Amino acid sequence: MPVLSPEEWTAVALSLKVASWATVLSLPIGIWVAYVLARKSFWGKALLDGLVLLPLVLPPVVTGYFLLILFGRKGPLGAVLAQFGIVLAFRWTGAVLSCGIMAFPLMVRAIRLSFEAVDRRLEAAAATLGAGPARAFVTVTLPLAMPGIIAGGVLAFARALGEFGATITFVSNIPGETQTISAAIYSFLQVPGADAAALRLAAVAVVISLAALIVSEWLARRATARLHGI
Amino acid sequence: MLILDVHKRLGDFVLRAKFDTMSAATALFGPSGSGKTTIVDIIAGLATPDRGRLLYRGRMLFDSEAGIDVPAHRRGFGYVFQDGRLFPHLTVERNLDYGRRMRRLRRDAAETRRVVKMLDIGHLLERRPGKLSGGERQRVAIGRALLMRPQLLLLDEPLASLDAARKAEIMPYLERLRDEGVPMIYVSHQAADIRRIAAAVVRIEAGEVKASGGLELLDAADADAVR
Repeated sequence: MPVLSPEEWTAVALSLKVASWATVLSLPIGIWVAYVLARKSFWGKALLDGLVLLPLVLPPVVTGYFLLILFGRKGPLGAVLAQFGIVLAFRWTGAVLSCGIMAFPLMVRAIRLSFEAVDRRLEAAAATLGAGPARAFVTVTLPLAMPGIIAGGVLAFARALGEFGATITFVSNIPGETQTISAAIYSFLQVPGADAAALRLAAVAVVISLAALIVSEWLARRATARLHGI
Repeated sequence: MLILDVHKRLGDFVLRAKFDTMSAATALFGPSGSGKTTIVDIIAGLATPDRGRLLYRGRMLFDSEAGIDVPAHRRGFGYVFQDGRLFPHLTVERNLDYGRRMRRLRRDAAETRRVVKMLDIGHLLERRPGKLSGGERQRVAIGRALLMRPQLLLLDEPLASLDAARKAEIMPYLERLRDEGVPMIYVSHQAADIRRIAAAVVRIEAGEVKASGGLELLDAADADAVR
């Protein structure tokens, strides 16, 4: 693998940090939303479904712009958060938010499918054995949905790692703070003679993404084998 | 012991079941599709009647007028399903222990050993359900329901998915349970099975209780079948 410059390393490390946090923080919410969409029927379900999928179809710049309006220092949510000392605009924490939101639809979709595939008769069996709804969820539903949750998490991680449009709109492209791999590649391409740097980062992106997919495939295979009692 | 009087509509099918039984081994007998499983689901708390009452040993489990509906996980009834429904992600040992864990009962190694020995599943403990034969799976399902220390055991055609040899393999275990006095409701459409297990019979047809009484009800059914 080619040796990276400190600036490039910074971008790689930041990307990994942002994508990891985005995945870890959105996973509990994603599991909850996926479960609600898979199992409950309620007024406004179609709307929730649409809202979750929206970042997938909306131009990323638009999503980033909305985030800027909402979470900018003077935005309604940004002002509230600022009182607690949390600033998102033009910070790496803002990149976590935008990456998390952009990756959310993929995550929810994978997890929802796996919840829908869980045999509800097993949950009924758990109930007769004394498990209340929450314990049945933790001991039966969640483990049985695990392959899908792993897949959803890795998909979200890969998506977050490559997020560009919404992130650059919301938190800009500040080296060391918000300049992820994608943003760094974009910057290098603007500068004459930095093609080699862009290519190196592109190679890194390929390696990380491929590794994520292989690891997820392996984990999901193991989880599936466990579920089928092998 | 058990008093049931419920109404439930499921699409075109209407269940209007009313019976009471004092026997510790009661069979629900009737053709497939007559509503036997729905009745057992109602007793277990997995299906909710539109209206009616259900009492077991003086405890009101369901009463639509009083707004009582004890959820399945608080009824303490063991349920052996026709299709086993073992948890595929847990070993046999963990499946057997599941009810005890969920009900937060004390570990009772002697009782576990006794049930494991009675059902002859000691050599299966480390395996997962995917690696069991149909007969083994049903034996584990019976063990799982027993080890939750149920107040009542619901057996819904536990032998139906098995061939004659497997059936013969499990029947003695069920007879032994009955002889030990574990109260049970046994669902079957096979008169011969019921004769070996039950002392009281409730005959169900098209969602209604046609008769309830002793094993002699099976003779009438046989006569019907011959005619």
